[in-house]
Amino acid sequence: MRNVRAIAKKELASYFDSPVAYIVIGSFLLVAGWMFFSSFFLMERADMRTFFAPSPFSPSMLLVVIVPAVTMRLISEEKKSGTLELLTTMPLTDTEVVLGKFLAAMGLLSVGLFSTLVYALCISAIGPLDWGPILSGYFGLFLFVAAMVSIGLWCSSLTDNQIVAFILSFMICSGLYFVYWLQFFMPQGMAGIVEYLSTSFHLDNLSRGVIDTRDVLYYLSLIIGGLFLTIRSLGSEQA
Amino acid sequence: MSEATIPNEVMISAEKLRKSFGEFEAVKGIDFNISRGEVVGFLGPNGAGKSTTMKMLTGFLNPDGGRATIGGVAVAKSPKVAQANLGYLPENAPMYEDMMVVDFLHFIADVRGVSEDIRKKRMREIGERCGVMDVLGKDLGQLSKGYRQRVGLAQAMIHDPDLLILDEPTSGLDPNQIIEIRELIKELGREKTILLSTHILPEVEATCGRIIIINEGKLVADEATEALMARQSGTILRVTMCPKNGTPLDGERMQGLLVQLPGVLKVLEVESNDLAEHERGYTVSVEGREDPRADIFNTVVDENAIILDMYRERISLEDTFRQLTRAEEV
Repeated sequence: MRNVRAIAKKELASYFDSPVAYIVIGSFLLVAGWMFFSSFFLMERADMRTFFAPSPFSPSMLLVVIVPAVTMRLISEEKKSGTLELLTTMPLTDTEVVLGKFLAAMGLLSVGLFSTLVYALCISAIGPLDWGPILSGYFGLFLFVAAMVSIGLWCSSLTDNQIVAFILSFMICSGLYFVYWLQFFMPQGMAGIVEYLSTSFHLDNLSRGVIDTRDVLYYLSLIIGGLFLTIRSLGSEQA
Repeated sequence: MSEATIPNEVMISAEKLRKSFGEFEAVKGIDFNISRGEVVGFLGPNGAGKSTTMKMLTGFLNPDGGRATIGGVAVAKSPKVAQANLGYLPENAPMYEDMMVVDFLHFIADVRGVSEDIRKKRMREIGERCGVMDVLGKDLGQLSKGYRQRVGLAQAMIHDPDLLILDEPTSGLDPNQIIEIRELIKELGREKTILLSTHILPEVEATCGRIIIINEGKLVADEATEALMARQSGTILRVTMCPKNGTPLDGERMQGLLVQLPGVLKVLEVESNDLAEHERGYTVSVEGREDPRADIFNTVVDENAIILDMYRERISLEDTFRQLTRAEEV
């Protein structure tokens, strides 16, 4: 645990010592705020449903771009600069390294994500706000981000090129996100499977204010699967 | 970490280590043991497999065959235990370019589990020893090559390991820096076991008690530095003399007399513009560790001549190295 913390601390410092963290958080707040409030006043309802619900023009769509940008360098940079050799020859396990990096990326993205609680506070000043769906919405977005970080981390472990890592994880994350809207063009039998595989479907469920174990399990399995693949990919480096 | 020092305790052992990269067999079965307190130079031409061997010893690469142990612990089986007692400076000292030196050292100390209460003292001690105190606030990416290597050394020593593995600690440094690092390694060698790779030969002669030479993935020599230098070669004496009373010396007669002395292999007359009139110079090759200097002196005096200078040259390690690594190619 001490080692996980050391890695996470180092990664967080490297995010916040460079413009990366401020650009990520700033651009997320700016664009997500614009996406949300541009439709908010048209709806004339004091809720944040449109903030959490997936659509091709929503904060969650923005995260599909931002998360791969945050995770792309986490391992590929270590590979390129040779510092991976330093890390793997320290008394650290691959699991500790991967968890530390995962937590650091989650830390940075959580700052951006939970800063938007300000929106909720503003809305509650305008009209009565039902906090239930808001909390489950945040919970959903948090899991959604964690799943994508896990995928991004794995992509970053596959290459020493950050651009390749970015494109790879963006393809996977956007594929899982947009496949939800493709189901309408699919035969009946496949639609159900495709729907279940999509990150948007589960995010949509959680944004309604219902926490279903199936949705939570879906995200947890993506997170754990991604982390597992990353750890395995790091281990095979030494073969 | 244990204080109990058992003499001849094996700190590093390589047993039939092998490693291939695709078709290319980089290391073809290397065996050696290094005992506590030894400072060993690991030599070989570029591409001989030095770095690969070190990477297997430190647990960065898994060997295809054979076994590496550190302090009696098998690296492949329990890498974390083996690595805990080891300081490693990888080739080119890879570092996080955007980190400050002080943050980097703190990070390594965190990962190495250097406890908070001794950390400050340890940081200052190591920082002063490696000479990095005046760059603590700089980014690693801005450091010169010399400072980089020093930070690399500081990083390897921050947890006070018994064992240091240094991959080309002086590569890319200028002569002054090389001497500084060499002095540092010498000093460290008094208390620690060190395996260092290099292709700078005077460095090994100066710092290492023992030399392991590999070539094309195979061990070609593993001996004490002294023994290795004496092995092929022995010494060369350069003698200059002049006649006592102006009558020119009989060069061939002198040459004949010198050759007959015990321990002398060959005598060559030197023809050089540096020699004044009537002066004669000879190069005397001496076998092994023989020392015929007194005999030479007496012979020359008996011939009514004066020795102007006589000095001994060791055959350098460079020659030995070249012979060993070339012979393999043929």
